[in-house]
Amino acid sequence: MNQPEGQMDDSPILSISGLTARVAGEPIDILKGVDLAVRPGETHAIMGPNGSGKSTLAKVLAGHPGYEVTGGSVAFRGQDLLEMEPDERAQTGVFMAFQYPVEIPGVSIANFLRTALQARLADGEELDLFDFQELLVERMELLDMDPAFAERHVNEGFSGGEKKRNEILQMAVLKPTLAVMDETDSGLDIDALKIVAHGVNTLKKEMPGMSVLLITHYQRILDHIAPDAVHVMVGGAIVQSGGPEVALELEAQGYEEYRAVTAG
Amino acid sequence: MPQNEVIQGLDLDDYKFGFVTDSEPVFRTRPGLDSDIVRQISARKDEPEWMLKRRLKALDIYESKPMPDWGGDLSELEDTLSETYFYVKPQEKMERSWDDVPENIKQTFERLGIPEAERKILAGVGAQYDSEMVYHSLKEEWESKGVIFDSIEDGLKNHPELFRKHFGTVIPAADNKFAALNSAVWSGGSFVYIPPGVHLETPLQAYFRVNQERLGQFERTLIIAGEGSRAHYIEGCTAPVYSSDSFHSGVIEIVVGRDAFFRYTTIQNWSTNMYNLVTQRALVQQGGHMEWLDGNLGSKLTMKYPSCYLMGEGAHGEILSIAYAGDGQHQDTGGKVIHVAPNTSSSIVSKSISKGTGRASYRGLCKVYDGASNAKSNVECDALLINETSRTDTFPYIEIDERSASVGHEATVSKVGDEQLFYLMSRGMDEAEAMALIVRGFIEPIAKELPLEYAVELNRLIELEMEGSVG
Repeated sequence: MNQPEGQMDDSPILSISGLTARVAGEPIDILKGVDLAVRPGETHAIMGPNGSGKSTLAKVLAGHPGYEVTGGSVAFRGQDLLEMEPDERAQTGVFMAFQYPVEIPGVSIANFLRTALQARLADGEELDLFDFQELLVERMELLDMDPAFAERHVNEGFSGGEKKRNEILQMAVLKPTLAVMDETDSGLDIDALKIVAHGVNTLKKEMPGMSVLLITHYQRILDHIAPDAVHVMVGGAIVQSGGPEVALELEAQGYEEYRAVTAG
Repeated sequence: MPQNEVIQGLDLDDYKFGFVTDSEPVFRTRPGLDSDIVRQISARKDEPEWMLKRRLKALDIYESKPMPDWGGDLSELEDTLSETYFYVKPQEKMERSWDDVPENIKQTFERLGIPEAERKILAGVGAQYDSEMVYHSLKEEWESKGVIFDSIEDGLKNHPELFRKHFGTVIPAADNKFAALNSAVWSGGSFVYIPPGVHLETPLQAYFRVNQERLGQFERTLIIAGEGSRAHYIEGCTAPVYSSDSFHSGVIEIVVGRDAFFRYTTIQNWSTNMYNLVTQRALVQQGGHMEWLDGNLGSKLTMKYPSCYLMGEGAHGEILSIAYAGDGQHQDTGGKVIHVAPNTSSSIVSKSISKGTGRASYRGLCKVYDGASNAKSNVECDALLINETSRTDTFPYIEIDERSASVGHEATVSKVGDEQLFYLMSRGMDEAEAMALIVRGFIEPIAKELPLEYAVELNRLIELEMEGSVG
């Protein structure tokens, strides 16, 4: 197990308790009582079959307006996360890497990131453009990225791998306290997966206090990003939690066993 | 890149050009229009007989033509015009030195951000206040090379032959009702001549300000770009916010000589009580290159379709049009390209943003005459809708009489998506910032062509307009 060293504070940074949520306007909950605690510096994997609610959990944490929370609570750094707008959540340190990042035509990645950083400053305070440029270059070097990439328009005409790398770059620049990675591995070939995993590992090493919630369908990304804990989510609730061995069991047996449990 | 930086420092008040200057005109005609008013205008300008005759003939044409029943809603215009002052003379004579401009008028332009520093980077500056140019200057460097940059009145006085040879040849009075009106009551505007081979390295700029309530502003600009010359002319327009409507109807005629390059940029930010009905046209000779960069942000109703008549072989015309229609505004804009000669090429790129109850219409014409072999034209219009109540229309007219012509047309309509907004907000931007970034990206292909101070102004305006646009 990859226990982070030097983490004296053992209280969770993220506490999810009895969380229920549905698609806004729909009659039935997708999340049916999720409980989860993540401590600073920990990496938790949430695995589950399609339709288990794992992506819904990611979106609810980020504050997607298409979802409605019907019960339970989410505390992040002691604050009620559910009371906050998506931009406030981001400013408090939550970052979601999207499964399907959206195109913003005509807006360069550099411009996008500059606006995002500027938005974090107090009224009247101004981001220094030279400092920003320096930060961007430094972050891109850290991730072995070509500086020309920052001049491309956000996700416009990007391959699947480029979209995910763009998410990692944003994470590197915005330096979150909690990174929620929503099926970052889906649709990536093994080379792209390795690059993305390398990015996440580099950032984890650089920011040991950063917690990661890795949401995935497949075990294979866990070969490259070592989790401290693995949770299995089925039917809108976490049905099993444990160490990395849980993922290996899943790899061997599939989700069938859990389906039988929840159906019965 | 540095645009954002500047925006942060700007004051984001409401329409910041809406102030009124307390200034007494030295003369104004009574409200309304008849031949007597036309005679008064001509007499005040001490014009030759031929010009008075032209004006009176144009008045007849204006009166005989019906109000257009297409484009925007002109049903209340007749009433507005009967109350309009067609000529308001702000000061006795036009000044060549900024110091000599009356203090209150000078302050107005300083408040509009046309300070000394900005003037330094321009080849020449003109400023029109109500019906006349109050100031015109051209850098010595260009004057010595034979460049003429003058008020239209002084163009007629000091260069009568050149003036008469071209005036009204690009846009005759009979072209349309408002061209006829302008030809009858024109006042103010620029006369520009770029001698053959002269390359102006920095732009000429004219600024148009309406201060008088219920004014009709009818500037007339005539530009002659000699063979192989290059120049860029920029105009900007603002007005105070009044409860009654005002009227602006300019005519811009441009002759682009052989192998010459000319770019005309407009950033129109009239207050939303302004009717803005403008005719702009360029005749492009062999190998010439004309670009219209047309930004329509303000006004109640704008009807404006800058056009390029590609008269000589290999001539090229380009129209970049950007329109923003906020609550209650209608921007009926676009462009016209007319291919007369072989191997001519043209492109129209139009981007519009409609917000609230705003309506943006693209109206364009691409015409290829028989004999304009291998003519090529491409039209692209993209509309962005911000709210459910926003509206956009596309009226592309294509008339092709030449087999070998190749003409393309593409139109898209997009709405600001919830997923886009969420994506940006999940990175820490609030709704207004996210919306402004999306809109800025949408207009980026055109904004990047603008001179910096106008790009900044455009971005500032968008930032401002997006406040409270969501939810």
